[in-house]
Amino acid sequence: MAALTPISRKPLSMVLPTVAAAGGFLGMFVGAGQGSAFLGILIGAALMAGLAWVYITILDNERVARWITILGLGVIGLFFAGFTGMIVGLLAGWFFAFFIFWLYEGRYRQRLLPYLTGQQVFGHYFFRVICGAIFVFLITPILVVLPLSFNAQDFFTFTPEMLRLDPEGYSLKHYRDFFTNNEWQRSFKNSLIIAPIATVISVTLGTLAAIGLSQSHVPGRRAIMGILISPMIVPLIISATGMFFFYSDIGRFLEGTLGMDKNFVGYIKVVLAHAVLGIPFVIITVTATLVGFDQSLTRAAANMGAGPVRTFFKIQMPLILPGVISGGLFAFITSFDEVVVVLFVGSASQKTLPWQMFTGLREQISPTILAVATILVVISIALLATVELLRRRSERLRGLSPA
Amino acid sequence: MLVAPLLLFVLFSFIVPIASMLFRSVENGIVQDTLPLTVEALQNWDETTGELPDEAVYDAFVRDMIVAIDNKTHTRLGSRLNYEETGMSSMFRRSGRKLGKMDPETDGPFKDQVIEIHDGWGDPNTWAVIKTHSPAVTNGYFLNAVDMRRTPEGAQSQPEDKQILIKLFGRTLFMSLVITGSCILLAYPVSYLLANLPMRVSNLLMILVLLPFWTSLLVRTSAWKVMLQQQGVINETLVWLGLVADDARLVIINNQIGTIVAMTHILLPFMILPMYSVMQTIPPTYTRAAKSMGATNWTTFWRIYFPQSIPGIGAGSILVFILAIGYYITPEIVGGTKGVFISNRIAYHISSSLNWGLAAALGTILLAVVMLLYWCYDKIVGIDNVKLG
Repeated sequence: MAALTPISRKPLSMVLPTVAAAGGFLGMFVGAGQGSAFLGILIGAALMAGLAWVYITILDNERVARWITILGLGVIGLFFAGFTGMIVGLLAGWFFAFFIFWLYEGRYRQRLLPYLTGQQVFGHYFFRVICGAIFVFLITPILVVLPLSFNAQDFFTFTPEMLRLDPEGYSLKHYRDFFTNNEWQRSFKNSLIIAPIATVISVTLGTLAAIGLSQSHVPGRRAIMGILISPMIVPLIISATGMFFFYSDIGRFLEGTLGMDKNFVGYIKVVLAHAVLGIPFVIITVTATLVGFDQSLTRAAANMGAGPVRTFFKIQMPLILPGVISGGLFAFITSFDEVVVVLFVGSASQKTLPWQMFTGLREQISPTILAVATILVVISIALLATVELLRRRSERLRGLSPA
Repeated sequence: MLVAPLLLFVLFSFIVPIASMLFRSVENGIVQDTLPLTVEALQNWDETTGELPDEAVYDAFVRDMIVAIDNKTHTRLGSRLNYEETGMSSMFRRSGRKLGKMDPETDGPFKDQVIEIHDGWGDPNTWAVIKTHSPAVTNGYFLNAVDMRRTPEGAQSQPEDKQILIKLFGRTLFMSLVITGSCILLAYPVSYLLANLPMRVSNLLMILVLLPFWTSLLVRTSAWKVMLQQQGVINETLVWLGLVADDARLVIINNQIGTIVAMTHILLPFMILPMYSVMQTIPPTYTRAAKSMGATNWTTFWRIYFPQSIPGIGAGSILVFILAIGYYITPEIVGGTKGVFISNRIAYHISSSLNWGLAAALGTILLAVVMLLYWCYDKIVGIDNVKLG
């Protein structure tokens, strides 16, 4: 973004107190760690204000000042708290060097409208800081899990070795446990069996129904839509309770009357239950894609002698494919992630990965869970990227087709 | 019709199970099926007199029990009646063997013999319980679900020490409201920022919202368990910074705070996404116009921007509230005993106490609340407008 406002240097009377306040804030934490928060505030404020004064009035060279601050605070950090302290110090130094000149040169107004009052400028940045804090809240739990899964100890917290970035403190043993432990492997395999089959069922039926619903002459469209989406709205615990009663009767019928294998019946029950849960997602995404679909294309195809099946696969399918795939991914992750229903409907031989994690969290809590969690995070990042790419592609495709 | 296969599938594997749950919550055939003759004989007995039923009832009871013991159904009846009156289960189990050896044709009269086997059969209350719960369709489970019970004198409230469910319903509603409120507070500034930043930056920041949204629920729950523990990341950091003394670590797990913090985090994306899509459509010219006409920042926000963003708040709130009210996994893991929801009670009755009727009744009440909210959601937003990602 280009500069909106011409910038000018600010008086020391504004810069120094602000820098001192920021320094005091940092000093409070350092001081609290060393024993006295109050002393920390005083030293931090004095040090930073002094630095700012020296840089502005005496040194007047931004690049040199930056290196002095970064290295200086890095050394102080190293002296107080070792290697980790040094990294914190380097980062703090980088921030303060930036912050002092950002204020002094008036760069903070560069991208704002020129007529804003000082209060409004402050409000603007205060608001950004709050938003930043909320983003941190959103992302921290995920970021905390990643390094902890490499812990060499069986603890759920950062050990001193890890904080010193000592290679001794890290290991892959939880991952090894996941890949060698029978329990985990079996549940992983179960998840890989159940989720794809459930996804295929919900995608096939869901796409058909979405196409049917998109035609203009469907009687009771609203009611049908309501029924089809209801598995997403009804709380899982209620769906699970209902399915528990119902599928145990069905299961008894299949086993007793038709003489099917108990294990096989168990899989059928869980797959059917998961397929139902995935359907709303398919319906919603495919319907959304179909909104922009030009019906005259299918008429044109029919006009040229293509049958309905051929029209569907040659014309309609390629255009709505992105929506279908992203609906399928939603359905997949719903099933892959689902624990309440499988807990109620399935039996021990259908134990899925989330179920295993759930029992692990409730009973014998083992750090292998964190390794599994990390693997799942990686999977979800991959899925998220796929969905995002598909969305862009879909928009591009629809942009090309005549509106 | 292309819709038909799916509609049938959903009807068969989703709507029918829910209906069977509704049915379960009032179904009570077990007393009549197991003790048909006794139930009939009890019709002539007036339980308000406080006297024991006469020989005819005992005779019918012995005949019923012999059949029931052959089919091994008497213990199931015992545990059914145990939900209503503690001690019934063991009474049926213990009397079973001796009653089974009797011969209804020759061994009568039975009244004293049966009372000899177990004192409980000499208590008019026992028979009153059997009679009260003999109809095939009962409101007993629903009365239990709201801390009342079915008695010969009509519905009465449970004794003080058994009244937990109303409190649990209240807590579920209260905590869902708190979670919804904190989601609004956190989501509003973020959605505002995302809607007003240039597209490229906001798409990047959107990843920070979508990543938690796509991450497995159990991953996030386990992350919160790791963070909130006594020896967890938050406490360790606070102790390291010296903000909290080592012996006064914060108790933020296994109570309401733990549930609220974790669930707010988990449900936050569901609030941000609808808010963002509404705020995106608010034209920035309106606020500029207001400012150019001399409105202060606050007036501009409160009179111009906020009213236009209300649909987003409404949509997000109902969505979050619906999701929160039925949550099971997260409260179960980080909620301890003080932070659990009504759904945890349902799961307990399904898998531990096996009182399925009560579980179904609780589920039905919860379902009714959710359906009401769903209807509101449909009125405000419309189910066709639900968007994902």
